[in-house]
Amino acid sequence: MDHDAVTDRMRTLAPQVLGVLVRRGADFATAEDAVQEALIEAVRHWPEDPPDDPKAWLLRVAGRKLIDAQRSEAARRRREERVHDEPPPGPTEQADDTLLLLSRCCHPALSPASAIALTLRAVGGLTTAQIARAFLVPEATMAQRISRAKRTITGERFDRPGEVRAVLHVLYLMFNEGFTGEISLADEAIRLTRQLTVASTTRPEGADPEIAGLLALMLLHHARRAARYTASGELVPLDEQDRSLWDTAMIAEGVDVLQTALSRDRLGEYQVQAAIAALHDDAPTADETDWPQILEWYDELTKLTDSPVVALNRAVAVGQVDGPRAGLAALADVDPGLSRWDAVAAHLHERADDVDRAVEHYTAAADRATSSAERTHLIKQVARLRAGR
Amino acid sequence: MAKYLLLKHYRRGGPEWVPGTDVPMDQWSPEEITEHIDYMRRFAEKLTESGEFVGEGALSPEGTFVRYDGEGRPPVTDGPFAETKDLIAGWMIIDVESQERAYEAAAELSAAPGVGGKPIYEWLEVRPFLGEDLTISE
Repeated sequence: MDHDAVTDRMRTLAPQVLGVLVRRGADFATAEDAVQEALIEAVRHWPEDPPDDPKAWLLRVAGRKLIDAQRSEAARRRREERVHDEPPPGPTEQADDTLLLLSRCCHPALSPASAIALTLRAVGGLTTAQIARAFLVPEATMAQRISRAKRTITGERFDRPGEVRAVLHVLYLMFNEGFTGEISLADEAIRLTRQLTVASTTRPEGADPEIAGLLALMLLHHARRAARYTASGELVPLDEQDRSLWDTAMIAEGVDVLQTALSRDRLGEYQVQAAIAALHDDAPTADETDWPQILEWYDELTKLTDSPVVALNRAVAVGQVDGPRAGLAALADVDPGLSRWDAVAAHLHERADDVDRAVEHYTAAADRATSSAERTHLIKQVARLRAGR
Repeated sequence: MAKYLLLKHYRRGGPEWVPGTDVPMDQWSPEEITEHIDYMRRFAEKLTESGEFVGEGALSPEGTFVRYDGEGRPPVTDGPFAETKDLIAGWMIIDVESQERAYEAAAELSAAPGVGGKPIYEWLEVRPFLGEDLTISE
């Protein structure tokens, strides 16, 4: 095995081994240390002497490291025996391990940023250095954040089925962080949601269709990524994107996943958002977007969540279906404190031919933009309107 | 080698602007904005290639002064929209051979095009990082 092959293999296996140890009752932080030590052994031995069954090898060595660690603490002796006596896992339990591990990493006691970092480390098998680069922070900072997170969840229980929602929320946040670099958090989020989809189908109560809903939503958004920015990093709004750059295979997969989820007839937030994304992806040109149906889905979404962001997006849809004046009326009920409120107001005023108000709101929106790409985009809207006046 | 911080300021405070260049960005044409952003991206790429780029970031115009207000009390802030403080729009850290090179790089960034494609002659603040001996060249 060459070095890259070893690294790849370890990245897949480490979370699985960690999952087994955690399920057998090992403390999360101690189990992670044991797996790390086993990985160091693997790096040392595999290139010359590759094992027949790498996972069993890692599990054996990590188990031994765990026992070593626990043996050093007399108070933990009883647990050591329990870990030791546990029978080896069968193939179906593998799936539960992913879910269990995700549940631990996405514990509500953690801040979203910590939950994402811990998930990438423990379930995604990324190194602390890779995660640090993805978050654009120094490695030492990320190492601290991860060990703080591990301390926080030590002894916490989190494995009830309803808590899958918290896991989905963290995965969705991870997807939206989306930084690209050596690793893209969006790609990682999709990979982990896929894993969760597979894992959840083996659960006795059946898979939650919201898991598939989230996967579909991610795929349908991610399919447009190549068209979302210009070569110089400027934001391209949906209606101006070059649709030939969209990934049609990914869209087809997203639609497929979504339809299967919808057929289970247990509608949820992510499925509805995916349905809206699917309608956008489905339009050959921006003008052919099926806004009436999108508005219907927004009405559905409003019933499921009282999120002000949904109300804001719904105002955009109302503007498309019933005209900008109706959109502005819908916007009047939305909290103007939302960061994208001014951008929506500007867009609707522009469509209502009120250029002065549009300039005013675009300027305010640029001041409140949360990224420099967004700020540049909004300043350009001001420039465009001023030039056209 | 020494690190320098290049600070971009919002257009208030700092020295006088070259007449005719003090046009806020929202009064440029969309093409002029694209060209400006592109110039800065190419500049960062060039510094990355030469091994002189360390990092950069853009900052929100909203900043807050914060201070300690005594044991058990929440921090004091000046409110989110103070008018008087010096606002920094963005920063870039470079790691260069000499102070001359730091000034040269800053001058190149300052020449980013604005209205009519002409350099904006933007003032940049250049601050060396402490902790490195600037008098000894390697």
